[in-house]
Amino acid sequence: MSSGSNKPERYYNYAYLDEQTKRMIRRAILKALAIPGYQVPFGSREMPVPYGWGTGGIQLTAAIIGPSDVYKCIDQGADDTTNAVSIRRFFAQVADVAVTEDTGEATIIQTRHRIPEKPLKEGQVLVFQVPQPEPLRGLEPRETETRAMHAYEEYGLQYVSLYESVAAYGRIASTVGYPTMIEERYLMSPSPIPKFDNPKMGDNEAILLFGAGREKRIYAVPPYTRVRSLDFEDYPFETQTWEENCALCGAEGSYLDEVILDDAGERMFVCSDSHFCAERRAAGHVGSMADHALAHLEDDQPAVEPA
Amino acid sequence: MAYVAVKGGEAAITNAHRWLAEDRRGDPAVAEVAVDQVREQLSLAVDRVMSEGSCYDRDLAALAVKQSRGDLPEAIFLMRAYRTTLPRFGYSQPVETGQMAVRRRISAAFKDIPGGQVLGPTFDYTHRLLDFTLAANGGAPVEPAPQAVEPQAYPMSTIASVFAHEGLLETDQPTTDAPEPFDLTREPMAFPAGREQRLQALARGDEGFLLSLAYSSQRGWGSTHPLCAEIRLGEVAVEFTPDELGFPIEIGELTLTECQMISTVTGNPEVAPQFGRGYGLTFGHCERKAMSMAIVDRALRDAAELDNAAPCQDQEFVLYHSDNVEASGFVQHLKLPHYVDFQADLQLVRRLRREYAARESAMKEAAE
Amino acid sequence: MNAIPQVMAGGAIQAAPLLRVEGLTKSYGHVVGCRDVSFEIRPGEVLGIVGESGSGKTTVLNCISGRLPPSSGRIEFDTSRFGLSDIYGLSEPDRRRMQREEWGFVHQNPRDGLRMRASGGANVAEPLMNLGNRHYGKMRQATIEWLERVELDTRRIDDKPRHFSGGMQQRIQVARNLIHGPRLVFMDEPTGGLDVSVQARLLDLLRELVRDLGLAVIIVTHDMAVARLMADRLMVMKGGHVVETGLTDQVLDDPQHPYSQLLVSSVLQI
Repeated sequence: MSSGSNKPERYYNYAYLDEQTKRMIRRAILKALAIPGYQVPFGSREMPVPYGWGTGGIQLTAAIIGPSDVYKCIDQGADDTTNAVSIRRFFAQVADVAVTEDTGEATIIQTRHRIPEKPLKEGQVLVFQVPQPEPLRGLEPRETETRAMHAYEEYGLQYVSLYESVAAYGRIASTVGYPTMIEERYLMSPSPIPKFDNPKMGDNEAILLFGAGREKRIYAVPPYTRVRSLDFEDYPFETQTWEENCALCGAEGSYLDEVILDDAGERMFVCSDSHFCAERRAAGHVGSMADHALAHLEDDQPAVEPA
Repeated sequence: MAYVAVKGGEAAITNAHRWLAEDRRGDPAVAEVAVDQVREQLSLAVDRVMSEGSCYDRDLAALAVKQSRGDLPEAIFLMRAYRTTLPRFGYSQPVETGQMAVRRRISAAFKDIPGGQVLGPTFDYTHRLLDFTLAANGGAPVEPAPQAVEPQAYPMSTIASVFAHEGLLETDQPTTDAPEPFDLTREPMAFPAGREQRLQALARGDEGFLLSLAYSSQRGWGSTHPLCAEIRLGEVAVEFTPDELGFPIEIGELTLTECQMISTVTGNPEVAPQFGRGYGLTFGHCERKAMSMAIVDRALRDAAELDNAAPCQDQEFVLYHSDNVEASGFVQHLKLPHYVDFQADLQLVRRLRREYAARESAMKEAAE
Repeated sequence: MNAIPQVMAGGAIQAAPLLRVEGLTKSYGHVVGCRDVSFEIRPGEVLGIVGESGSGKTTVLNCISGRLPPSSGRIEFDTSRFGLSDIYGLSEPDRRRMQREEWGFVHQNPRDGLRMRASGGANVAEPLMNLGNRHYGKMRQATIEWLERVELDTRRIDDKPRHFSGGMQQRIQVARNLIHGPRLVFMDEPTGGLDVSVQARLLDLLRELVRDLGLAVIIVTHDMAVARLMADRLMVMKGGHVVETGLTDQVLDDPQHPYSQLLVSSVLQI
């Protein structure tokens, strides 16, 4: 094998997966959309990225992406976290597709652990990376048992868990991957998004697809679907709030990241959704620490080409 | 080097790759390892990578070993990812290990068997003393081992045939209406797992994990008291039936290690007591893996109905966690940023602590 | 949908059976578990199925409680959704929902009937949540009331079952099986494995609850003293067959079948 002629695009199909595999995944997607919240088993393939690092989301994207798509990839809400960069580069290379950081422009948004702040529109697809698709796995390790629970709609174990949480903490203590009921039939894990993002799922204009590569499951929430975060009448579902606003753009209602500034415990709070924050700043919104270095990293350092 | 929130993640990754390439090369004054050196002289590493990578190609496996700097799970991952891209023509005929050109064949069950005990190239009886003559590169050439006076018996009869006369060994009867075998590389695992799914998962499974499970079963965590009925190493022909021809043709040969473990099965009203079998098979020469696989296969077969299954008898426990590509990915994914999740936990713990402090001070005041 | 009361000969109206068993037979290969068992039970009745181990009473219990399909025969229950139905003619999800919502099953070993990793309170509240209750405070209150009813210290509501004695675990199991207002409760040797004084207190409690709630109960036991205390009617089994049935007092005071006589004569008179 001589180097130089061994370019990926010579050897791999469009978007890396072969057409049979894409077809298999699309069938799983259709089934998942037809049964909202139901986990469809699929023949997950080994990808060049490790299991646990987004192979489910990558396979979903690879099965649906085409040359006319515009692709955005975020991790923890930001476009420039290392794994998001890595995955975006992968698709730019194997799918030769336009990439963007603009939430409104993207047709496919692949995400790890957040839903963008900006409401999505019809025609957009949000692809979630899911480490553990089974919402009951932490309570019941056996697949044979949890499968039966979903089939019989026997979610007593989940209710017991909520009860115990209130008994122990005086609240439902789940903060991330907060369990939801889809169309009042299937218990579903929304992936490890903060519960702050749960309300965005219900009645969404966009298609929500969830992929777990290592666990080999695909599930979906079609547009305009009922999504109910589990709670008690007297302990209703609440989202997280902060006392602070975003220090860079002043936003009040977005999910904030805590950034440690020095060893003395000084901290600032900044929008987790990097594009949302940048868009607000471009529109003239200003936060209390708008002078901070974080706000001024507009120019990417030029990427060094590999030898 | 900045990691997360600061822009420049793209540059950081590129630079990390370059540093990695430097480390892989090591000291430039030292000669670079050639892929064929790996293939020839680190052949057991190559064999393991082929087996767990589920892809028989010595050159590719050797390249993977070199590229991964000798980290075998990483090399196995490279093989698997490459395998995903390969076109599939179909399935070969099942290989006939009874027709193997045997280089090594031993049985602990009998003192002697037709064909004899053939030690072959084994570490078994070496004394584990570091051999410093190997440290001198380009040392004295290795003298070839002496040839035997008589040629090897061929074919070498299998242990199953020895037992067959008395019906002592349980056998799997092929049926004409059996469905297509499950293919674990194309479909997700489904429980309860049929035997072919189980064997495929074990064949691809991590040697260390299976070794520990086999060990645990021998020490009493699970009731298998296995006996090594046979181990054989050698070459088998691979046959494939192309549609255009309609008959099988030989397309190559594989080196395989096969191990059969047996243990007593007390029987039930429908079946007389006999010996049950555990089966292990690897590419290349991976004896420890083949033996561990056979012991775990046997343990899993006993356990279908047990209430208090030991770990090695628990199907879901063993098969879900045996794949080191999955395991390594998920364990190492903890290095990915989790700060959004953590922020939610931080908030919760801070709030609980405030409430705790408020309760404590309220109790103090009430006491005063 | 309520069962239509049947008009009996003479114009008296009898409540329709809650559970009707006809010709129940279960074999395992050539081994007979039970053969040709038939009976009915009405609301408010307590039926005792008695016999020694191997008599087939456990097989009968497992078949009639929907856990073991019979080899032949019919088992019909007056379900709230579908009326009188063959329980094995229902789909599996429907049968399981019926078991959850309309029945109770008290196991001999409380570990089989409780979630050992959940608190006692959660165990008792779960049936309410399965029925769709979503008010934590009200469910907790109902749980506390039931713990009081089964004479447990309500301050221990958040303790896990393993922190309770066997007798107390059994009381938790009883509360868990009654809180949702089932119409039929199965009990499998509910006091087996408990020491005698604990047994006696638990039996008294059970008898009181059954009377207060007007439950229909089918209780399986080898202990004739338990049968005498709890059951209105008895069904005596031996070798898979029913050898005698009748009112408890009649069967115990004047047993007709030689085996019943044997059983009765071996009971210690308390």
